[in-house]
Amino acid sequence: MAKTFTQEFTKGLWEEIAPFRLVLGLCPVLGVTTTVENGIGMGLATTFVLVFSNLLVASLRNIIPSKVRIACYIIIIATFVVVTELLMQAFAYPLFLKLGVFIPLIVVNCIVLGRAEAFASKNSISFSIADGLGIGIGFTLSLAALGAVRELIGANNLTLWTTPTSVIGLQEVFGANFEPFAFMVQAPGAFVCLGLMLCGMNLLGSK
Amino acid sequence: MRELVTMVVVLTVLSAFSGGLLSGLRDATAARIEVQQLKFVKGPAIKSILKGVSNDPIADRFVLKDGDIERKFFVGKFDGKANTIVLESFGKGYGGDIGLMIGINMEDDKIVGASVTTHSETPGLGATAKDDPGFVSQFKGLSINETFKVTNDGGKVNAMSGATITSRALCAAGSGAGTIYQKLKPQLAEKIKEFNE
Repeated sequence: MAKTFTQEFTKGLWEEIAPFRLVLGLCPVLGVTTTVENGIGMGLATTFVLVFSNLLVASLRNIIPSKVRIACYIIIIATFVVVTELLMQAFAYPLFLKLGVFIPLIVVNCIVLGRAEAFASKNSISFSIADGLGIGIGFTLSLAALGAVRELIGANNLTLWTTPTSVIGLQEVFGANFEPFAFMVQAPGAFVCLGLMLCGMNLLGSK
Repeated sequence: MRELVTMVVVLTVLSAFSGGLLSGLRDATAARIEVQQLKFVKGPAIKSILKGVSNDPIADRFVLKDGDIERKFFVGKFDGKANTIVLESFGKGYGGDIGLMIGINMEDDKIVGASVTTHSETPGLGATAKDDPGFVSQFKGLSINETFKVTNDGGKVNAMSGATITSRALCAAGSGAGTIYQKLKPQLAEKIKEFNE
């Protein structure tokens, strides 16, 4: 158990990267990744919830009775999800419109509850924050990667951020003559794309 | 016994704390959220409907009670005369509720324009209703007092190809707006007079 703060942080970025290694939390992974922007937004929202729920669960780990721990974790997680939802509506409304129902669904995201139960309830506060940050950023990167592939092929664009007046990102990456493969931005395309990426990850890992 | 008491106390305190925090935050952000909604969803829709108005329809808004529901109306002035109101109504689409803003000229009950606000339709199919104004522009010039139907159902609105459910939902939203309008017309006429004074 001689793990360091950095190790707890970095394991979430590759070794235990949630959607690809553990194939967990697939609802938002498949649902929102039609653009890179949506993926990053969803990932950051989840990271916020993950860090704060880990922090609270770790600091209350000696107070919460083990018989009602899951109920307590859900209250903590749900609170931070509503906080995220309200803040997003107040400060990033266009993003909220795109993510829609997927924000409240973070409550039942098994990654968040899984980290609370499997990690934060047994480790110190600082390690739990490192774990939450690592897993959260790993999740964000996975979503952004999947979003990039789907948006590139499905819409021929790469949007990083949309402000009310302009779009930061690339338009028509493959040139104006490329006919977007719209299948990729629809739900079945998400499964195909995720499957191919998992395949690639496993190939890399098997060497 | 002791364990039971701890469980109840911990859960109660946690819930109470969570409830307090969220209601505080909700109050703190409510005003900002309303502004954002008007700015990003309703504002652009209203502006596209009321092209060439002489007032700011978002500032000139009022609320009327329709049974238990509070409905927002936006007033448009043309040539210095307030004669157009904009309201929002909803239809059941393929991916949930679709909001349709609809502008009505109070003098002849004709639709001056329509625009989709919130929706969760399939990108590339139903979502075209918002991205491409071609479909909703069909409402323009029709009378709000008729019931809208797509051509397949014997009406005169041409459905979007591949998005019949969305097209039907928007027709239903249009007809719904008509029902609200007819029901509240006397009160609307009263209110609009205030804007002309």
